[in-house]
Amino acid sequence: MVLIRGAEATIYLDKNLGEVIKKRLPKRYRVKTLDDAIVEERTKTEAKIISDARRAGVPTPIILDLKDDEIKMEFIKGETLRDMVDEQMMEKAGEIVGKLHRGKIAHGDLTTSNMIYSSEDRIYLIDFGLSRYDTETEARGVDIHVLFQMLKSTYNDHEELKNSFIKGYKKNFGEDEANSVLKRVEEIERRGRYK
Amino acid sequence: MGNLLKMTKDTIILGIEGTAWNLSAALVDERKIISEYEKPYLPKEGGIHPRDAAQSHASNIKEVISKTIKKAEIDLDEIKGVAFSIGPGMGPCLRTVATASRALSLLLKVPLLGVNHCVAHIEFGRWLTGAKNPLVLYVSGANSQVIAYRDKKYRIYGETLDIGVGNAIDKFSRFFGLKHPGGPKVEELAKRGKEYVRLPYVVKGMDFSFSGLVTAATSKSKENSLEDLSFSFQENAFSMLTEVTERALSYARRDELLLVGGVGANLRLREMLETICEEREVKFFVPDRRYVGDNGAMIAYTGLLMLKNGMVTPIERSSVKPNFRPDEVEIPWF
Repeated sequence: MVLIRGAEATIYLDKNLGEVIKKRLPKRYRVKTLDDAIVEERTKTEAKIISDARRAGVPTPIILDLKDDEIKMEFIKGETLRDMVDEQMMEKAGEIVGKLHRGKIAHGDLTTSNMIYSSEDRIYLIDFGLSRYDTETEARGVDIHVLFQMLKSTYNDHEELKNSFIKGYKKNFGEDEANSVLKRVEEIERRGRYK
Repeated sequence: MGNLLKMTKDTIILGIEGTAWNLSAALVDERKIISEYEKPYLPKEGGIHPRDAAQSHASNIKEVISKTIKKAEIDLDEIKGVAFSIGPGMGPCLRTVATASRALSLLLKVPLLGVNHCVAHIEFGRWLTGAKNPLVLYVSGANSQVIAYRDKKYRIYGETLDIGVGNAIDKFSRFFGLKHPGGPKVEELAKRGKEYVRLPYVVKGMDFSFSGLVTAATSKSKENSLEDLSFSFQENAFSMLTEVTERALSYARRDELLLVGGVGANLRLREMLETICEEREVKFFVPDRRYVGDNGAMIAYTGLLMLKNGMVTPIERSSVKPNFRPDEVEIPWF
């Protein structure tokens, strides 16, 4: 059964086994050489990073199997934060991203759609297709810039949500380190604007 | 346009655009574009120099405005407002157009309307194509953004982390000695490209970056033909834009896509976007080729919307805004 037909991949769910398969379909708009490379690289990296992130203390699905263009993993029961996020959840999300960055990983696509509030009261991070190992302040800054931009576009109370996230992020990533990343976020915001 | 149909008498607005290299004026009313005239600045060599462009605008603006009015065959007192691009754009160019617009608004004794250039692309695009609530991909020289309306404003869902795609193409083409504007020349060269060369592909969520792509493509100029590099450069840049657009369509839950901005004239980009729209059953809208880029009519039309909604710009608050963002503007007419 198709659970989600996303922009990046299609997710199939096997309810009985409690497993999902994330399959990356070829993108017709991309030249084949480029598309093949992207699909393979992203699938491989995603599977590896999902496992490493869990080792770093970030709730992620357990990987069950890996092929060139698909990953089989544990199904997380719950709902995405997209339509129910509040300040408390955002603080929790900040703690999780703090752990992720401490674990030398940049997520690459932090949105409330990529966070699942599970039935056992935990927040899982999913969709690591654009993730990579990167400990540069720049990579961490871009990670958080992407999240803040998404909060701003989507929620009227984005300032409060942002502050809650920062609170959680500092808790697990350290005040000084977090501050230097947040300073970079401001720089990144200025950079893309009209020059 | 629904709220405009209630009007009985047509309101004519003069619009002036001059944020970058194109200086263009137009007269527009609720129903149609009445007249247009433009005088683009074309650098003799290299890229756009803001001060040269501003100087060119300053010496041509009188002619552009008077020809626009003359072509329309209307009386001056029929003009009910003067709209101009207040930003974003190049400071010197913006100031030249603003000065002329202020003078004209005083002379004609009609309201001044400071228009956000980006909002104008979107509103004009919706007007021409009939798109209702689309996701917008806005791609020009300096700007590259993924935008959609939510709760009284156009929100930015994704954008470039460094330079606009048009500027990236310009940098690439300048390196190879192609004259400005480079876009159409790179598009032609790309058609003759045969071999794909792997280049950086940088996407972060709904954001993207082009400067690494420019550096890599120009550094491979010895081993590869210009045709192959143009082809590969376009493939990477436009695939990145298409990928974030598809992600944003899914994220923002839209079933319409509107493409605006000068780079929207590129047929390869259009083809890629059409592909994802077909697959996702999204309606694809793009204005006529001559109206995807900067033009005076889009400023006049948006000025008209602003006037109808009482959003006039007092002269003392008409300073240009080189960094004006679309999400700073209230959109009461949506």
